[in-house]
Amino acid sequence: MQDEPTPIELLNAVAEFLRNDIAPKISGASAFKLRVATNAIDLVVRQLELSEPRAADELTRLVKLLGENGSLVDLNRKLADSIATGTVDLQTPGLADHLWQTTMDKLAVDQPNYASYRRELEREENS
Amino acid sequence: MSGSFEADLARCVTRWCAGATGIANAARLSGGASQETWSFDIVHPDGDIGAILRRAPSGYGAAPERAAGLDAEAVLMQRAYAAGIPSPPVMHVLEATDGLGTGFIMGRIAGETIARKILRDDAFAAVRPKLAQQAGGVLCGIHGLDRATLPQLRRMNPATEIAELTRDYHGFDWPRPVFDLALRWLADNDPGPVQQETLVHGDFRNGNLIIGEDGIRAVLDWELAHFGDPMEDLGWICVNSWRFGAIDKPVGGFGSREEMFAGYEAAGGRVDAARVKYWEVMGTLRWGVMCCGMMQRFRTGPDHSMERAMIGRRASETEIDLLRLLAPRAGGG
Repeated sequence: MQDEPTPIELLNAVAEFLRNDIAPKISGASAFKLRVATNAIDLVVRQLELSEPRAADELTRLVKLLGENGSLVDLNRKLADSIATGTVDLQTPGLADHLWQTTMDKLAVDQPNYASYRRELEREENS
Repeated sequence: MSGSFEADLARCVTRWCAGATGIANAARLSGGASQETWSFDIVHPDGDIGAILRRAPSGYGAAPERAAGLDAEAVLMQRAYAAGIPSPPVMHVLEATDGLGTGFIMGRIAGETIARKILRDDAFAAVRPKLAQQAGGVLCGIHGLDRATLPQLRRMNPATEIAELTRDYHGFDWPRPVFDLALRWLADNDPGPVQQETLVHGDFRNGNLIIGEDGIRAVLDWELAHFGDPMEDLGWICVNSWRFGAIDKPVGGFGSREEMFAGYEAAGGRVDAARVKYWEVMGTLRWGVMCCGMMQRFRTGPDHSMERAMIGRRASETEIDLLRLLAPRAGGG
């Protein structure tokens, strides 16, 4: 077992240092790159926080949709092929819900401020 | 090898710009490893002249296959300028003796290209409501350029575009079921090649336009120009990624489709709204595939930059936009 602090705590400390101590001291292209860097750290933190339970849910949905077991990436390949060949489509029960849920979970990690995602999140909260 | 870049540029400028004595304030603006954009001033006794250099330094191989090439870009901008389309004047096309690689030098137009500023700064508040209609008029002008005067360019239609996107997507070897859903929809709804093929700008969007307080001052970045369906350009500017958060204003975040269509038709063009919608779906997928391509280039080099890596994580933005287009959830909006 690795000891504390956790990866998330370490990354947050690094991001805090970059934002509070380094960002005010630089400008121009370097400042832009630093923003990209801190955004990348924040993204990794969100992935560490969120993706494990959500990946488990995605796997459960895929097994149900496709009627077979496999790894997350293998079942995603299988689903992609099934959509490409037309054996699965938006009329297939569960497909639209699965794609929506999976995509919302991706956005929660990748770009939680993306306007389309915010809009769809509000819709979920209001329904 | 020749001397320093700035010395070469100064020598080049004094060769064709009568009276010029040199250059000043050269600054790299943007670009990747294979293409550069520089801003500089031509020093002239009658007053300095603002200029922009777009070039591919020598030693870099052929441009990616989609690109028209810098020489073709220069000709397109010259034709656009001559036809009264807002465009910077091309001052010089680089020659081998310039020692600067391939590319061209154009006049620098004052104004803003940063999309978020155009959509949010007070300076543009008055002109913003007019931009969608202006965009329609400008696009109609581009589509009306006489093909006989234009350089050789790729010809594209829905089927060739689908084939390329499919090949690129499969090349990434990473499953994205939403991309398959989009490819399938595009194939099932393919309207076929257009009757009247025209010049298509290929990247006409918020971010590639210089905007001033009086409106669109210049159309930039012709590198994806090709021949095909003019409605492709009208669909591309509506892709949600180019609305920069102003998602209820489909045309670049500044206006409605109806305003753009009105501008297009007032300039003498005819709009096929169904085709525009089709190309919006294609464009959304295209940007998603391009994001994945950035991530690929990050992995395989030579451009191993954090920015490229992070753009790879924006492909999911196009997935949610594709779902909003193809599988909207109950309740609209």
